[in-house]
Amino acid sequence: MIEIHNIHKSFGDAPILKGVTCTFETGKCNLVLGGSGTGKSVLLKCIVGLLKPDIGSITFDGTVFTNNKIEIRQEIRKQIGMLFQASALFDSMNVFENVEFPLRMLTPDMSRAERRDRVEFCLKRVGLEAAGNKMPSELSGGMKKRVGIARAIAPNCTYLFCDEPNSGLDPLTSIKIDELIYEITHEYNITTVIITHDMNSVVEIGDHIVYLHKGQKLWDGTKDEILNAQVPELKEFIFSSSLVRAAKRIEMEGGSLEEIRQEPSKDI
Amino acid sequence: MVKVFGQFLLFLQSMLVRTERVKVIWNRTLDEAVLIGIDSIFIVSIVSAFIGAVTCVQIAYNLINPLIPKSTIGYMVREMTILELAPTITSIVLAGKVGSSIAGGLGTMRITEQIDALEVMGINSSNYLVLPRILGSIITFPLLVILAMVLSILGGYLAGTLSGAMTAQEYVEGIRDTFIPYNIVFALIKSVVFAFLVSAISAYRGYFTEGGALEVGASSTTAVTHSIIAILIGDFVLAYTLL
Repeated sequence: MIEIHNIHKSFGDAPILKGVTCTFETGKCNLVLGGSGTGKSVLLKCIVGLLKPDIGSITFDGTVFTNNKIEIRQEIRKQIGMLFQASALFDSMNVFENVEFPLRMLTPDMSRAERRDRVEFCLKRVGLEAAGNKMPSELSGGMKKRVGIARAIAPNCTYLFCDEPNSGLDPLTSIKIDELIYEITHEYNITTVIITHDMNSVVEIGDHIVYLHKGQKLWDGTKDEILNAQVPELKEFIFSSSLVRAAKRIEMEGGSLEEIRQEPSKDI
Repeated sequence: MVKVFGQFLLFLQSMLVRTERVKVIWNRTLDEAVLIGIDSIFIVSIVSAFIGAVTCVQIAYNLINPLIPKSTIGYMVREMTILELAPTITSIVLAGKVGSSIAGGLGTMRITEQIDALEVMGINSSNYLVLPRILGSIITFPLLVILAMVLSILGGYLAGTLSGAMTAQEYVEGIRDTFIPYNIVFALIKSVVFAFLVSAISAYRGYFTEGGALEVGASSTTAVTHSIIAILIGDFVLAYTLL
């Protein structure tokens, strides 16, 4: 479980996060939802330690991360896997080496054969067992995301962070990536935090959703509650999507949201 | 200016704390040394051979006094090459090639979040990415400078003899005249200092790139400009203090 308490972060005179408090539970896909410029990515960077919050604390399973000793922060960081928006694969390494990299760096006691087995397992898990020799430049956007996920889970991470995993992907590939993240989260019982503004992800995999608006948390709840949330800013955000409006209309006409949610998967 | 210098020193310090395993850094250093060294041999060879040739021809053109022996041309080529041209010009050439490569490479890694990915994994990115580049440069620059010395003197020999400015015997006599071994040591000290300046300044510029592709280009340009200025200042300081 990750507990965020009263996080403030400013850049110069511009406040970005204004006292965000929330909890991300273990074994769930926790989504941080919000429009562009609301501080989602800044919050994520504060959580993983790429930015230091001005005020507030972040706790990983009872261990305080912010302002703690560097050794303790390093230990927590070794349990973190992260999928970046642009995948952030290392250009100079092929797919196999990219996935092997955290194992080589973080688990020096692991033998070469053990590393190879683990990499092959992770690549197989994301459906890329045949792509080990490819360079990142030879991969499609969806494949890069898959390699990013494989690299993140390779060292048996406890916490998985995904920064807009669907950006730049077509709807079909987006769903597949969402499903993969969802499956991995529940299969390995890890704490997953996903930054997104994609309503489709919310409906697909949002076990727990936190809505950010202008650097503040305005709402949190489940995917089943979100369409009936009574926060004006959230309603405006959600129903800006014509697909969601259509779903809501069908629901009001007696259709089930769950059925609507499952509908695309049947077609695929 | 003071703030930037302070940030630069902190950047250098950050390379030396939370270090990765020695084996990892050593392997990375060898990789970088091969990349920096092998890729630079061609350009260093061409530049140094022609600089030696031009130096020889121009000295011959200016030495019109019949009382000065022609072997003086060989002597002057050797002194100029060892003391100044080989270490300084080679380092300036490498500032353009290696410096822009380091700044561009790190800048691209920064804007594509590859450096962030290392940090999230708990890896000290400056130690893992920058220290091997600096060590690789410190290993290869002196070797390239030695190559430049040899080829420059050889270029002078070919230019002098083929143009008929002097005989081969006169040139060889000149380059063997009153040789001071310390000059070689001085040139190698210069090359090590220049290697550090070029690689550290370029890495600093690349590592702190912000923005997009345009800023990566700007970082590379700034890295080369600052490296060359640093080489020239360093050249004066070393000449003043060590000669």
